[in-house]
Amino acid sequence: MSALRILVPVKRVIDYAVKPRVNKAQTGVETAGVKHSMNPFDELSVEESVRIREKKSAPGGVEDICVISAGPTKAQDVLRTAMAMGADRAIHVETKPDDDLEPLTVAKLLKAAAEQQKSNLVILGKQSIDDDANQTGQMLAGLLGWPQATQASKVEFGEGDIVSVTREVDGGVETVRAKLPMIITTDLRLNEPRYASLPNIMKAKKKPLEKKTLADFGITGEKRLKVLKVMEPPPRQGGGKVEDVDGLISKLKELGAI
Amino acid sequence: MTCRQPLTPVLRQLTRTTSFELGRQSSRSQASSLARTAAKASAASGSRRCFSSSQPRPLKATASVRQAQSKDDFTSTKYPEIKRDERFASLTPDHVAYFRRLLGGNGSALIDGVTGEAADDLAPFNSDWMRKYRGHCQLVLKPSSTEEVSKILKYCNDNLLAVVPQGGNTGLVGGSVPVFDEIVLSLGRMNQILEFDEVSGTLVAGAGVILEVADQYLAERGYIFPLDLGAKGSCQLGGNLATNAGGLRLLRYGSLHGTVLGVEAVLPDGTVVDDLSRLRKNNTGYDLKQLFIGAEGTIGVITKVSIQCPQRPAAQNVALFGLASYENCQRAFREAKSQLSEILSAFELMDEGSQALVHQVTGSKRPLESPYPFYCLIETSGSNVDHDSEKLQNFLESVMEQGIVADGTLAQDETQLRSLWSWREGITEALGHLGGVYKYDVSIPLSQMYQLVEDTRARVAEAGLLGDGEEHPVRAVVGYGHMGDSNLHLNISTRRFDARVEQVLEPFIYEWIAERQGSISAEHGLGLAKKKYIGYSRNPTMVGLMKQIKRLYDPKGIMNPYKYI
Repeated sequence: MSALRILVPVKRVIDYAVKPRVNKAQTGVETAGVKHSMNPFDELSVEESVRIREKKSAPGGVEDICVISAGPTKAQDVLRTAMAMGADRAIHVETKPDDDLEPLTVAKLLKAAAEQQKSNLVILGKQSIDDDANQTGQMLAGLLGWPQATQASKVEFGEGDIVSVTREVDGGVETVRAKLPMIITTDLRLNEPRYASLPNIMKAKKKPLEKKTLADFGITGEKRLKVLKVMEPPPRQGGGKVEDVDGLISKLKELGAI
Repeated sequence: MTCRQPLTPVLRQLTRTTSFELGRQSSRSQASSLARTAAKASAASGSRRCFSSSQPRPLKATASVRQAQSKDDFTSTKYPEIKRDERFASLTPDHVAYFRRLLGGNGSALIDGVTGEAADDLAPFNSDWMRKYRGHCQLVLKPSSTEEVSKILKYCNDNLLAVVPQGGNTGLVGGSVPVFDEIVLSLGRMNQILEFDEVSGTLVAGAGVILEVADQYLAERGYIFPLDLGAKGSCQLGGNLATNAGGLRLLRYGSLHGTVLGVEAVLPDGTVVDDLSRLRKNNTGYDLKQLFIGAEGTIGVITKVSIQCPQRPAAQNVALFGLASYENCQRAFREAKSQLSEILSAFELMDEGSQALVHQVTGSKRPLESPYPFYCLIETSGSNVDHDSEKLQNFLESVMEQGIVADGTLAQDETQLRSLWSWREGITEALGHLGGVYKYDVSIPLSQMYQLVEDTRARVAEAGLLGDGEEHPVRAVVGYGHMGDSNLHLNISTRRFDARVEQVLEPFIYEWIAERQGSISAEHGLGLAKKKYIGYSRNPTMVGLMKQIKRLYDPKGIMNPYKYI
């Protein structure tokens, strides 16, 4: 079996625990001064890649784990985190702060990157928690002409470049099998990402981080979609209000509910 | 008050809404198994104090539910040596009628078990969340203004009716729970935020404001409440002051004696003490408000609070270390102070025993690969992310290189930050799930702090009580706490009640602390639990002066009787 060269795209998004707010102009969400971190689905991809190496589950071994991110300079933080978790090296494709790439553009970029890096396995998060598009992995498979296994909850390797992927579907699980090179997108039950240890955080600082631009991959950031308006969900229409729990109880008693 | 004691608002809601069928079942089944634990406790020679029952998960109601209201779990039964003070009058329907007229007929203002049946509604006011204490209170009053508090207290003072002021009722020493038939004065309706100065950061609020609500209000304005603890979703500002709660931000923002600018309180005779100053500096006479802070409601009732709130830090980082010895924890603390100085906001210590128990209960993935005898959790808070990260990185590299720290991790996102904190905050809850816990909240000079855990462990082991098998009553002796404040929480986790355990622990622990000029109650207070041990930390002159103050402010002794001093 061929040795794995894994490409792991990661995205810097507004932290999962932060409540996003729509900006005043209603063109998007407020990002300035808001805590960012790695897209949780991408953490699963990084973790899975590192586990494939550590557990020696691929017969051909893992030759390289390369993480790639397109975004502003700050995106390097999530690349360092990924390297602290165990990735070997990183590519940062710098974009302008408000240059929002569409899934198709990202897929085209990743196609070029996968070819340049001679990757034979791309593990992506199934979606990013900011745009929730769930498109990039599928588009990338289409552009490359590779087989895809989406929403993976288990990944196993067999002889002859065979990869079996278990995915959770309505009413049970489904196992699909394909040959390398291929695309896998990750789902929540795949693994539990590790904490980056201090020695590894320090080592990650010395790992190579290549800086590139979209032009290096022959990509222009052209947009096909236009965001017209972003709005908060309408606030819930309130009912009556009682002062405290005992007020509630006496109200319920009054209504004969209890 | 404890620090970050994991009392969720949900839990409180459950115990409060006893009239709902579901709530009733759960709280009764809890009560029943607790009653059983307590019954065992008192059966074995009336012992008692620090044995806290666990909070069993509500499963489903069984036949024993009907016996839930066992007589044995009353504080008065468990502590037969405490006698009701016969000077106090018993409540009559006339008294209730007066209060009803005063507060209005509104169902929120009064719970009356004197003239009617209200046992279910009274239950949450009669016992604490650990269910260690249970009183016989028949009347709960919920005033909504200082004036009402004043009239209530004056009436009680004139008629010799004993009163227990109560906030969120989240204490661990039974200070806010009645012993006999004292009237509970609940401040929960005085929950208005009265004013906030966005320039100086001075907040004025009613005593019944819930800590988390105050903190949320401040968060929206870029400020932070200078106090944080596990019970923040339930505890109230008045109670925080009355117990001088410590908690997690003390290292950074100091104690309430420093941050509180003013207090409005009502004395037992109805006098309103208006010391609601908004000034940081005010050297005009004795600083009397300090007496109310930490007085546990024994000299008056705090009705309003004015407090200085700091700017909310924009950047927070959390790191967790594994260390090989307590010696190294001290070195790490020294290094943290010198290298992180102004951004250091918490330095917490946990031993492997406590972490193993948390892991056993939660089953969560442990942050570090292999176990270490000690763990330290460090939090930094500052105004500039890049500045803080750089400082922290340098600090981490330096402690790793010097070999002070064996391993560690740095939270990479908010979720990890919270989950690292949960290894510290979740200890109380995890221990509670495993069974009864003897809890000691003590201050000891830093160099000897962990020695107490080791000495206690050795003593319990020597007595043959500690071990892995079911035949040993003690599961583990663990220590954790606020290293930054020399405040240790020594916990002895037990499998079942055994009178020998307490004989081994007490007075040994108190004597050990007294020898080293420590304090037997660092942040939890005295309440009922530690009343008789005050002598280990305060000399007779001090206790005498305290008693004089009590007599001066509360000559008839109606305020929170049977407790404190």
